[in-house]
Amino acid sequence: MAGPKYPGFDTLALHAGQSPDPATGSRAVPVYLTTSYVFRDSEHAASLFNMERAGHVYSRISNPTVAVLEERVAALEGGVGAIATASGQAALHLAVATLMDAGSHIVASNSLYGGSHNLLGYTMKRFGIETTFVAPGTPENFAKAIRPSTRLLFGETLGNPGLEVLDVPAVAQLAHGAGLPLLVDATFTTPVLMKPFELGADLLYHSATKFLGGHGTVIGGVLVDSGRFDWEKSGKFPQLTAPYAGFHNMDFEEESGTRAFLLRARREGLRDFGACMAPMTAFQILQGIETLHLRMPRHVENTRKMVQFLAAQAAVEKVVYPELPGHPNHALAQKLLPRGCGAVFTFDLKGGREAGKRFIEALRVFSHLANVGDAKSLVIHPASTTHYRMTDEDLKKAGIGPGTVRLSIGLEDAEDLLEDLGRALKASQK
Amino acid sequence: MNLAVDGRQAYAYTAAHALDAAKPAVVFVHGAGLDHSFWGLQSRYFGYHGRNVLALDLPAHGRSAGPPLATIGEMADWVFRAMDAQQLPKAAIVGHSMGSLVALECAARAPGRVERIALLGTAYPMKVGEAFLEAARVNDQAAYDMETIWGHAPQVPLGGNPNPGMWMYGDTLARLARLAPGVLHNDLRACNGYAGGEAAAAKVKCPVLFILGARDQMTQAKAGLAFAQLLPGAKVVQLAPSGHSMMAESPDATLDALIAFLRA
Repeated sequence: MAGPKYPGFDTLALHAGQSPDPATGSRAVPVYLTTSYVFRDSEHAASLFNMERAGHVYSRISNPTVAVLEERVAALEGGVGAIATASGQAALHLAVATLMDAGSHIVASNSLYGGSHNLLGYTMKRFGIETTFVAPGTPENFAKAIRPSTRLLFGETLGNPGLEVLDVPAVAQLAHGAGLPLLVDATFTTPVLMKPFELGADLLYHSATKFLGGHGTVIGGVLVDSGRFDWEKSGKFPQLTAPYAGFHNMDFEEESGTRAFLLRARREGLRDFGACMAPMTAFQILQGIETLHLRMPRHVENTRKMVQFLAAQAAVEKVVYPELPGHPNHALAQKLLPRGCGAVFTFDLKGGREAGKRFIEALRVFSHLANVGDAKSLVIHPASTTHYRMTDEDLKKAGIGPGTVRLSIGLEDAEDLLEDLGRALKASQK
Repeated sequence: MNLAVDGRQAYAYTAAHALDAAKPAVVFVHGAGLDHSFWGLQSRYFGYHGRNVLALDLPAHGRSAGPPLATIGEMADWVFRAMDAQQLPKAAIVGHSMGSLVALECAARAPGRVERIALLGTAYPMKVGEAFLEAARVNDQAAYDMETIWGHAPQVPLGGNPNPGMWMYGDTLARLARLAPGVLHNDLRACNGYAGGEAAAAKVKCPVLFILGARDQMTQAKAGLAFAQLLPGAKVVQLAPSGHSMMAESPDATLDALIAFLRA
């Protein structure tokens, strides 16, 4: 049945969250470099503090420029709202800290960005929040690890480093059956390639440092809520469904069932942990988002060419990319990621660590650094950098070989990237 | 707070305050498919500024048990029973959209219990298009899309939300996703079928406020203005930038209009 039409994705990427500035007519999003906002009078001030009126009080809690980014990402993801944070790691921490206390438990995919693994496996453990890591390829692994104290299921839409495709619908169903929300890290896919909320995820976040910003200029994160998880019905989240002495005895779910999570995350998490985003950072990320819908297809197009090229090279033992028939999640990728499996992948060079080093050092266009999701092509050799202290045996446990190379494919001319890779492959085998 | 109305669980938001018989009361009645939280900022304000607040979830909405009530008149009678459950002899009643018709009926049915009424995003008759009704009848997503898109001003998806970081369309869709099948259709049918506006208006004795969104696509402002003609002496406030969801689209202006009216 046909209904009225929503604005398209590309239009939202350019407009959602901002109308021309009423004071100046500025079409571009103004950068509000201000810490605080003048109250009209004492009653207005009190009403803002007590959430009786909408508006800004202090830029750690909200800022007009940052709010544009938050609303825009929420619009692109189909959420009720979002909170921008100082980094992707801060977004993950904010989600965890909002939902649980010491004694709580998380079931997470073991195919995670190393920083997320550190946060959950070591740091949060110091604060009494434990995580069980499970292989994400079998969704039932998540269900088997659930305990009475479990409060969250978590995975990456495309895992790290093996690009395991999270079966979001299956894991979400298992989570909901246990009265739990599913949080996904959607950094590698972006809303251009996957809309996790449409597949059943409840919360998601991005390291906006990567494809959303897209130009390798700023660090940031965005945490988005679908507003679909029923905290009251779950009965496992008194943080959201019982009066909170830390905010005027507010029962966040009672205030709004769809906004409860974001209310507490902003009113407690940003207020107390303080990992907010700077307005200039939000502006830079907004510049990136305005072309996200144009960049991602090009990232994918270039990546497919690199994958195809590398898979045919004698110096390459294997290429790990879900669009290849040999990838264990190939069929799932075709179902969940028909627009592409992103622009980050790994391949294994013959010749181990030394070959990896020679390969990296021979590259001219690819930049050797520890980041992904830039408009420029990037490369790193984990065995000689991020994981250099590990033995080959330990590397294997982490799913990394001595010759594993990770590429993040940018927007350059594909021919130049292919030439660069070809030359470096030759050098690696000398 | 949880109430028992007609032996069924019902819910009313009170802004975390126990009701105090010495204070004046204001009852908020939501629109089709919505719940108490659509009044979030406004109801919270009055709860913290000397009023007993009862922001109701009508049956089958929000936290109140079903089944839904089929007519505006039944809803009005239910509002009185909810007030009875809290020993509230009288109150100002603020209604949005469908809730505005309920507020009107309340003022007509028991003038002694209704001190004043504020009608937001309203029109009479409140006709609902056949396509909208049919989509709602079969619980088609198109009905929720119509409610969402027509429920806001045209510029909302491209403009900023006064509530930092929130996406109004997403919030409305998430609210509607929580509705049991058939509830939206029930509400739309109640609005469409309400034919007692003229008779009710003739019985209204209390002060009346209309708050209309100049860009309302659901109940157009001109229809609201025509409705106001039935209630001589009614005060009308038009919110230039707002659509049908003025509590979210123009929260401060909506609140300021209510403050001025309820304090008068």
